[in-house]
Amino acid sequence: MHIPDGFIGPGVSAAAGLTAVGGFGLALRQARGYLTDRLVPLASLVAAFVFAAQMINFPVLPGMSGHLLGGVLAAVLVGPWAAYIVVSIILVVQALLADGGLSALGLNVVNMALIGGVGGYLIYRTLLRMTGSKPSSVSRLAAIAAMLSVPLAALGFVLELWLGGTLNSISISSVLWAMLGTHLVIGIGEGVITFFVVAAVMRARPDLVYGSQGFIGSRTEELVP
Amino acid sequence: MKRGLAVYAVGLLVTLLVAVVMSQFASSQPDGLEYVAGEQGFLDSAEEHALADSPLADYGGDSRGKLMLSGLVGVLATLGLGYLVFTLVKPRETTGEQ
Repeated sequence: MHIPDGFIGPGVSAAAGLTAVGGFGLALRQARGYLTDRLVPLASLVAAFVFAAQMINFPVLPGMSGHLLGGVLAAVLVGPWAAYIVVSIILVVQALLADGGLSALGLNVVNMALIGGVGGYLIYRTLLRMTGSKPSSVSRLAAIAAMLSVPLAALGFVLELWLGGTLNSISISSVLWAMLGTHLVIGIGEGVITFFVVAAVMRARPDLVYGSQGFIGSRTEELVP
Repeated sequence: MKRGLAVYAVGLLVTLLVAVVMSQFASSQPDGLEYVAGEQGFLDSAEEHALADSPLADYGGDSRGKLMLSGLVGVLATLGLGYLVFTLVKPRETTGEQ
């Protein structure tokens, strides 16, 4: 899912870069509103874990693999705006490891942090509202939102390619269906990993899970000094 | 508090295991975007990465040792950058509250 240099022209890449930087500023301001001492080590650990998990490409179809994006996973654990920061940090480190183009960094932040992370979290919240809040539903709904966030991020790429693709020879509708189809399948892996990680943290420390706020909050708050 | 620390210790251990050990078994097939780019004929529009010649570019390429090192370096870099940014972002009022 990491766009290399050259796929998208400089205009759209620069616009995405500005959006990414503006989004980062907004994320810093929003995250400030709920960041506490407790969240600092968790958010840093989530950044390291999602980086590590992204290294594990799993086989999806013959000749194709997929890997975790982690936007929804991070958002459910530490909140959508801290997740935006987390995913952006990961993308910067990856770009320095030549995974994802330097000029495409903004595009990758828009697709994976903004659309996949913040957008995916909106799906999670919507699902939570629709189904009613229960602690047991956190990991399941996170998994569904994570699953949907992958084709959503893929749509972001198709839009960028449509607006700023450097080749005239490609068929956008054909790319659209190919990206949607493959990333719906990759999304299943995203959902499975997100389910197990969120469920594990919910078991160990439900009070740390941002996405469980509102129905376990005040009660467990007393249990933790 | 002890239980809280255990969660972080286990989390970090799992993270290092994933990045340094499990990464050896990751699929080397192209990911979804790369696959579609190849199939749809725009893979060749990719330009070489400006840092393609750096020692840990592409997680060390084919070298197992470099892959493990990339995993370790990446984990420490994301952890450290995350800690730095989130400590700076956190409102000062909560410092020393606990």
